Amino acid sequence: MALTKLDQLYRAVILDHSKNPRHRGVLDQATTQIELNNPTCGDVIQIQLLVEDGIVKDARFEGSGCTIAMSSASMMTEAIIGKTEAEALKLAADFSQVVQGKAVENEEALGDAMMLSGVSKFPARIKCATLSWKALEIALQDKDNQGTAGQLKHDE
Amino acid sequence: MTVNEEKLKQDFPILSQIVNDEPLVYLDNAATTQKPRQVLDAVVQYYETANANVHRGVHTLAARATEQYEGARETVRRFIHAEETAEVLFTRGTTTSLNWLAQSLGDAVVEAGDEILISYMEHHSNIIPWQQLAKRKQAKLVYIELTKDGQLDLADAKAKITEKTKIVALTHVSNVLGVINPIKELTKWAHAKGAVMVVDGAQAVPHMPVDVQALDADFYAFSGHKMLAPTGIGVLYGKRVWLERLAPVEFGGEMIDFVYEQDSTWKELPWKFEAGTPNMSGAIGLAAAIDYLEAIGMENIFAQEQAVAAYLLPKLAAIDGVTVYGPKDASLRTGVISFNIDELHPHDVATAFDMEGVAVRAGHHCAQPLMRYMDLAATARASFYVYNTQADADKFIDAIQKTKEFFSYGLN
Ligand SMILES: Cc1ncc(COP(=O)(O)O)c(C=O)c1O
Repeated sequence: MALTKLDQLYRAVILDHSKNPRHRGVLDQATTQIELNNPTCGDVIQIQLLVEDGIVKDARFEGSGCTIAMSSASMMTEAIIGKTEAEALKLAADFSQVVQGKAVENEEALGDAMMLSGVSKFPARIKCATLSWKALEIALQDKDNQGTAGQLKHDE
Repeated sequence: MTVNEEKLKQDFPILSQIVNDEPLVYLDNAATTQKPRQVLDAVVQYYETANANVHRGVHTLAARATEQYEGARETVRRFIHAEETAEVLFTRGTTTSLNWLAQSLGDAVVEAGDEILISYMEHHSNIIPWQQLAKRKQAKLVYIELTKDGQLDLADAKAKITEKTKIVALTHVSNVLGVINPIKELTKWAHAKGAVMVVDGAQAVPHMPVDVQALDADFYAFSGHKMLAPTGIGVLYGKRVWLERLAPVEFGGEMIDFVYEQDSTWKELPWKFEAGTPNMSGAIGLAAAIDYLEAIGMENIFAQEQAVAAYLLPKLAAIDGVTVYGPKDASLRTGVISFNIDELHPHDVATAFDMEGVAVRAGHHCAQPLMRYMDLAATARASFYVYNTQADADKFIDAIQKTKEFFSYGLN
């Protein structure tokens, strides 16, 4: 049965993050927030960060989208809380490599997010996995831009 | 059944593929259809034996190309039962046809304070051109409501067609709900109030007999690629009285009579609207597609699709957790079935189906206002056409079962 191939994409861990998302909701005091949507499929994600002394102290996400997009956001928050901004950006860069089927040095740092490596075999779904990480990158790099809605670019 | 899908399928080289280790079951026909060898051959034949620019040279190939291109126009005229070929304009597709109208017809009949009437089940290409026209003219874009089961609310339609209404633009068949709208009746109501009737036939012409004179619509638009023809060719039908009155939207070669330094005059219909070198091979491919469909018979195609809907709707209703959108009565619809499974996101569903070799669409189907109206983020959509067999319909049901199983197993 060809659906067994789905296992490569939807591991139990992924489905667990989708069903029991970590850090879903809103922060009382966010230092940065961003909304990003993927116009080709309508998925929307909001990311809120509390950054103090260069460290991501807390993070939340909200939004609507498929299992991959939502579980990826959940995994992303787990991976970045407690990290410096530079470390979080490095994780985002690493994740982008992983979902394209490329190797990265520090796989452990990505935590559960590594489980999404299988998405590389499903080209149509890579953007679902990267939506929240792209939002994170924008949020970290463009802090004055409180809450600006953006669109996932074609080549992202 | 009078359509032999098994045999037809062999005319479509692309359909014999294996996808993800499974035989391809192509159920994304509302997005675009596959092309039979007969259409591909006609296009190749044109390029190998007749290609030249139309309406220009005096040489033999130019005459041959012109004859075939204009022959295609006559084929279209006959197919949609237009009165004359002058009323058949070749365009890039439905979107271009509707944009031309919003521009040209919009300029001719809409003024500040007027109303343009559409519905909540329109495709973006029958929304945005009118919306932008309304903004340009300070006119009002008004939406007809839908009933609970996804039909056009006819009482609301009747109430909203008033003296203020200048244009009524409605889809003949919804690309999401599969529901067929009573265009003939709606046209009567529009005309009674002096409004122009524009019909988006993108999901109708490929699937049922369409007679533009019987419908009495003033304009009717459709796309070749959704009816076995190549991409990049479509049609805008318009009644002669209207086409005479409207100004062309595009200017350039082919469409002029005399060009002076400060002004120009236009060719007669239909050429006054067709600026530049047209899509000759596309038009010839469209004519070949029409020949192919006519050989099967549009009545038969329609009957077969309704039979597929009648077969699938009760089966889908019997599966726990499956929601089908649109009316439950198959006689009101074509072979377009939008659905959701449990709480699963349609993208996950479409990926699971793809692993089973079944191609379906997932998303908002270029109908965001409809999705919002139905309070949905997205749906999955299976859409059937002439070459889909009984086995394809069963494979579809099977894919739903397997997808349900997979995700409920994973979630436990
Ligand atoms: C109902 C409807 N209208 C308009 C269109 C637009 O057609 P096209 O993209 O060929 O211009 C489509 C197809 O996408 C459709 O389904």
